[in-house]
Amino acid sequence: MTEQNTKTITPKANRATLRGRPELYTEYARDQALLNTASKKLWTGVLVAFTLLLPFLLGRDLVGLLTLVFIYAIGGIGLNLVTGYAGQVSLGHAFFVGLGAYTSMFFGGAPSMTLRGLELDMLIWLPMAGIVPMLVGLLVAPLAARVRGLYLAILTLGLVFVGEHLFREARTITGGPQVGRRGAIPEVLGFNFYENQEILGFALRREQIFYFFCFALLVVMGVLARNLARSRMGRAFAAVRDRDIAAEVMGVPLLRTKVIAFGVSSFYAGIAGGLLPVAVGAINPERFNLLFSVEFLAIILIGGVATISGSIIGAAFIVLLPRLVQVTAPYLPLIGEVVSVEIAQRMLFGALIVVFLVLEPRGIYGMWLRMRNYWKAWPFSY
Amino acid sequence: MAMIRPLSEALTGTTVEVPAGQPILEVKDLALRFGGTTAVGGVSFDVKPGELFSIIGPNGAGKTSIFNCISGVYRPQEGSIDFLGDSLLGVRPDAVAGRGIARMFQNIELFDNLTVLDNLMLGRHQHLDYGSFAGMLYVGKAKRIELENRRIVEDVIDFLEIEMFRKFPVGMLPYGVKKRVELGRALCMEPKLLLLDEPVAGMNVEETEDMARFILDIRQELGLAMIMVEHDMGLVMDLADRIMVLDFGKRISIGDPESVQNDPAVIKAYLGEGDEGEADGEDLGARTEALATEEVSS
Ligand SMILES: Nc1ncnc2c1ncn2[C@@H]1O[C@H](COP(=O)(O)OP(=O)(O)O)[C@@H](O)[C@H]1O
Ligand SMILES: [Mg+2]
Repeated sequence: MTEQNTKTITPKANRATLRGRPELYTEYARDQALLNTASKKLWTGVLVAFTLLLPFLLGRDLVGLLTLVFIYAIGGIGLNLVTGYAGQVSLGHAFFVGLGAYTSMFFGGAPSMTLRGLELDMLIWLPMAGIVPMLVGLLVAPLAARVRGLYLAILTLGLVFVGEHLFREARTITGGPQVGRRGAIPEVLGFNFYENQEILGFALRREQIFYFFCFALLVVMGVLARNLARSRMGRAFAAVRDRDIAAEVMGVPLLRTKVIAFGVSSFYAGIAGGLLPVAVGAINPERFNLLFSVEFLAIILIGGVATISGSIIGAAFIVLLPRLVQVTAPYLPLIGEVVSVEIAQRMLFGALIVVFLVLEPRGIYGMWLRMRNYWKAWPFSY
Repeated sequence: MAMIRPLSEALTGTTVEVPAGQPILEVKDLALRFGGTTAVGGVSFDVKPGELFSIIGPNGAGKTSIFNCISGVYRPQEGSIDFLGDSLLGVRPDAVAGRGIARMFQNIELFDNLTVLDNLMLGRHQHLDYGSFAGMLYVGKAKRIELENRRIVEDVIDFLEIEMFRKFPVGMLPYGVKKRVELGRALCMEPKLLLLDEPVAGMNVEETEDMARFILDIRQELGLAMIMVEHDMGLVMDLADRIMVLDFGKRISIGDPESVQNDPAVIKAYLGEGDEGEADGEDLGARTEALATEEVSS
């Protein structure tokens, strides 16, 4: 596979060759492209079109729920970068999400008698919601990068407890426990992304508009993360995860690489944190607890460690599962009678983490890969 | 028209300029101890530009430890290591790599979950001159640099004849291919000095011959200086310009293959003074091997 033919083949002939043999590349650039086969292009297109159509088919609450999926997915991608790709287990993700939420409220929230808020444009508060947690992440990372495994888990766990305490005490920003605060105002140059609007003659509900906004952001941040993963730094992440001493001998600086992983991860967490209160209306500081961190870990475990699409699948799973249990509960035995719906949700959540950890460490994405390979090799699959 | 390039065109950074007669690497009185055990006990040697310098000796003699001192994984207690005139003491492993020293490990240290391509691209890590943010955008400069380096990696793949494994995760490849990939990864670093730790250990005759051919071709095409640790005496005698013999962390002989072969000290060490001594040596070797593996892969 060398480049020797590229200049003699016209683009048209080139495409024809590709159609016949989808994995024959005549240029490295084509091979390196994100969507490097026709079927990947087709299915991505179909999926995007379907996602854009959904808010017109579903009710308000389901549109809101899917928006939540997008937000969780952004946060999940962040955790997957540091934990899945770079192998640094973090229990502190909830802290960075919370930090993003309160940064957004400080810069973009409305002030009141008891609350501080600068009411700045989303063009300012949303990037800030990512940057502030990123800076804090970069500050903490050199410490975290010196320990590994269990010690790292405990160190990052400490972060959640410190954060929870801070968030509870900083009442003028967070609203305090049990009271909470509304999300920042998602307004860009006068256009509010959480207000009913008429666009090109279409009357759109605020849930629909915010759905499109979060989806667009997820696509952009997903592609950025995917590019990071397949470029210089992403390979360094994987090297540090798999064999840190060999990575160093290859020229990968350990500390720097881990610090960057924590920084980028915290940025993603912070963006998710800025959007979350807008989608759910208002949020209490208690929300950013250990369980929330575990939810993000579940997202990457169930969706697929070290895959971007896995993070999205996992987010859909974690956000939609409780609703699924709720809807199906009346038709299922035991639930509602012996155990409450809420307990059933928790039990299922825990059981899924265990099942995936033991049986399919690569998550749903890994299951999909295996299924695809099975059919590719059929009838000689075993 | 871009054809397959010879290595010398793909890897242009391997040439060194040192004053005539000067060594590229100079190790003096190197001593490394772990608690009570002396891994390396005052060893001196140098490597000339373009030279294939071989280190031999029984298991546990301290060969791998010398490599670990050079690459900055271990910090020796005494002695000096100068590479191209600058000291390597206290220099972190990634910075040693940056100065132009690449390495193949005794126990394969590849990134098993990554493809052959990605493993080789990791060898190019310090040559990829773009930042993380540019990588996220993957347009313009980052994309261009990735493609340029992909070409270099492909040249190395062609050279090592591992084209068909390009997209395979390394973990599932057979042992002999893994060794080649590891050599490839070290080559991709475009080093000025290559450290080979038992490159043919555990290989059959055919694989050994392939590896010997690659080492010879690398010498011929790149004129790269190499240090090779190896137990296969035939290979060492055939390839090496000079040989150093270690025993229990001490240098017992150094010189060209012929003089080393006939050195009474070497003969004594290799044949041993009765069965007892030999058995002891092997026992120690097995123990230290386990230790070293644990340390490097933990
Ligand atoms: N990480 C380590 N901890 C303790 N002792 C070590 C370590 N690495 C090497 N050694 C000791 O150094 C000596 C030389 O080991 P090594 O350099 O691996 O030998 P060789 O490569 O010649 O077989 C052995 O006696 C071993 O016990
Ligand atoms: Mg050894």
